[in-house]
Amino acid sequence: MKKMTVLVALAMGLQGVGASAESLRIDNATVMTMGSMGTLQNTDILIEDGEITAIGTDLSGDADRVIDAGGAIITPAMFAGATTTGLVEVSAVRESVDSSVNETPLGKLHVEFDIRRAYSPLTSLHSITRTEGFGYSLLAAAGGQYSIAGVGSLVDFNGGFDSFSGNDTVFIDVDGYSSRKVGGSRAAHWMLLDGAMADLKRRASEQEYLTLAGRNVLKRLKSDGIFVFSANRAADIKQVIEFATEHDISAVIVGAREAWMMAQELADSDIAVMVNGLDNLPADFDSLGSRLDNAALLSNAGVTVMFTSDETHNARKIRQGAGTAVAYGMDYDLALQAMTTTPAEVFGGRNRALAVGNSADLVVWSGDPLEVTSYATRVVIEGEVMSMESRQSKLLQRYLPKDAGMGRAYINR
Amino acid sequence: MKLLHRFGRFAGTFLATSLLASTSTADTPFPSTYQAPSHMPTLITNATVLTGTGQKLESASLYFVDGRIVSVGEQPTTLSDDTRVIDVDGAWVTPGIIDVHSHLGVYPSPGVDAHSDGNEATAPVTAEVWAEHSVWPQDPGFGRALAGGITAMQILPGSANLFGGRGVTLKNVASVTYQGMKFPGAPYGLKMACGENPKRVYGRKGSGPSTRMGNIAGYRAAWIKATDYRDEHAKYAALSDEEKIEAKKPKRDLELETLAGVLDGDIIIHMHCYRADEMMTILDLAKEFNYTVGTFHHGVEAYKISSELAENGVCGALWADWWGFKMEAYDGIQENIALVDRPEGSCSVVHSDSDEGIQRLNQEAAKAMSRGNKAGMNIPPERAIKWITSNAAKSLGIEDQTGSLTTGLMADVVIWNANPFSVYAKAKQVFIDGVERYNRDDPTKQPVSDFELGQLLEVSR
Repeated sequence: MKKMTVLVALAMGLQGVGASAESLRIDNATVMTMGSMGTLQNTDILIEDGEITAIGTDLSGDADRVIDAGGAIITPAMFAGATTTGLVEVSAVRESVDSSVNETPLGKLHVEFDIRRAYSPLTSLHSITRTEGFGYSLLAAAGGQYSIAGVGSLVDFNGGFDSFSGNDTVFIDVDGYSSRKVGGSRAAHWMLLDGAMADLKRRASEQEYLTLAGRNVLKRLKSDGIFVFSANRAADIKQVIEFATEHDISAVIVGAREAWMMAQELADSDIAVMVNGLDNLPADFDSLGSRLDNAALLSNAGVTVMFTSDETHNARKIRQGAGTAVAYGMDYDLALQAMTTTPAEVFGGRNRALAVGNSADLVVWSGDPLEVTSYATRVVIEGEVMSMESRQSKLLQRYLPKDAGMGRAYINR
Repeated sequence: MKLLHRFGRFAGTFLATSLLASTSTADTPFPSTYQAPSHMPTLITNATVLTGTGQKLESASLYFVDGRIVSVGEQPTTLSDDTRVIDVDGAWVTPGIIDVHSHLGVYPSPGVDAHSDGNEATAPVTAEVWAEHSVWPQDPGFGRALAGGITAMQILPGSANLFGGRGVTLKNVASVTYQGMKFPGAPYGLKMACGENPKRVYGRKGSGPSTRMGNIAGYRAAWIKATDYRDEHAKYAALSDEEKIEAKKPKRDLELETLAGVLDGDIIIHMHCYRADEMMTILDLAKEFNYTVGTFHHGVEAYKISSELAENGVCGALWADWWGFKMEAYDGIQENIALVDRPEGSCSVVHSDSDEGIQRLNQEAAKAMSRGNKAGMNIPPERAIKWITSNAAKSLGIEDQTGSLTTGLMADVVIWNANPFSVYAKAKQVFIDGVERYNRDDPTKQPVSDFELGQLLEVSR
């Protein structure tokens, strides 16, 4: 799979894709490994064939390229949240959006709708997001007209057409807002989902809620997939916990604005949450209990907390939510883990901590990685120092000079 | 006065005019009932003060009495006996934060259909509607914004229409009525919109406009009517009492009255516009009809015409990082605010257009400052703070009332727990006209809207 990625990418003339053959040493960094080594001062990292081969002080191994970090902070590449990156170029341009499906002639649930078939790694969003320090995302099916929005998974921003990893992940809406999709009551979501689960026990020829293809997918998801439920209200979160227990599935809750009320139950049933650290308004009657210390209350109770920003184009804003969660009581290290290693653990990806033997996906920061005034100064993906150019950096280059010479259109480097 | 308005280099030049105009109109409808309660004379000492005028003062004092700033910098030699002294131990103090683009109250929380009051999307020209008549004062968002240091804001209609209606500037004070929040003497704004939104909304309805050229034709037709209306009324007003008996009194028209208010320089244009080329078209449109554009809102391409904006004295009210949600937002860059700020005479403003963003405009400014500095523009905090204080006040035509810590201005003040250009910073105390309206450590000084009162009583925590 990886080789295929590299070949295709090279054929496309892309830069910075796939494991780099060039060896790299980054010297004199403050390395926040997000792993067992903790945070290391004045530390060097050696990278060969895309993997970290040594972390320590005064590493002397030869490297094709040496970068002096000058004491800057290095973290693993960040998680951009649940996004539709690769499924959209401009939100309001319909033909450039592939994140949801509506109105098929069959009145059944479509678990088999797999969002990855619409994924492109060549959108302008990829470099714009990656240059801000993000290495991967949870590719999410977004809304649409069904309780079950579709299947996605983790995706790496490494330029590959099929850089998916981890468990297959299905996205399901069960909140009040989406009740209009199922006739008006959110209880109908559970009716349909229970029906779909019951279909697994019926003969293939007697499916009531699923297509045959959907039945096969749901079977696989039940044993080896992850169910991401979109829910905010405490009562709906309770329903998710009960559904997950009853059907013995792995569940994650996204949104989760009132999850703090269910912190103990979530911790006991090992259900992780993805929250927007900036949520604090009663945006609807599902979110009356929305508060800025939601992430803190949950993580202090032992719940695995991750972040998402409800943004795709501006996914980089997720750092602000994580920083805000810290400002309102979340443990700093846990917040930074939530931004780097935790999502990969939850969704079945590889170990993303900075450790010997792991892929070298890391970011050098100008300052505290959760601070709004900080930014990524270098991004390394699979051992390769990535270009920091994006469509936006090129627009800046074009309009930054006061003198346009022949005109801005000729500033095109 | 009109000439000043028309050719005024800065949006603020005609401000005094509009304040005079609105206070001299005896029959101003829906008048402000806001009156600041009395407060103890207050002295803040040992502060790191960002004045909002481009200065940073270390170990400085700020003294305010009867709602007005009495001194900034040195501690005054005489203090009232009952002065409340707040030693902030080096903490940062800024002017109250001002958001020039909010839909609090007109698109409140909870965002249920019954609360959707921001767009009168029934005709492309609805200059006759006033956002204040949609404002729900119980929107919990006002209190959240206060906790973020917001002391004043403009509530605007949405952008579905070419002319969306009047905006209103509010003090961020809890009140049962919007009149109780209305900023006394602040000029009205008129919301206009370029580009995709109006042509999409009315293109779908089949009534038009459905194109950008249709948008421009729509503005021009409205301004032609408004010019006639203004001239007709001016002609009548100039008649002697005897002549008035003979003459026919021209009919009053709410839509044209608002547009004429713009032509007269009493109402400030707030123009939703993304693309550089469209903003330049709008500046030509304004020249054709002899009015001034006060502020371009959103302007994700404003950086492409930063010199032209400064030359025309137009403010750019912008986001730190939004982009890509529609075609006209495709070229957004994070250096936009800093680039618009760069020319001499510029007026860069950070706006929110968001019930989340308004809670942390300081952080939005921090992001923009950081990106500007990364691009080599050397913007210190004392300059960046202007984007959310004095420049915002200038955009709203209230800069001679608030927006900076200047002797004689309203005592709208925020004490922060840290450098406000940080994700970890929180407003600790917020003063509006000298009155402590918010205190993070004192629950009795944290407003709770009627809507949130008594919710979730079953929850023990």
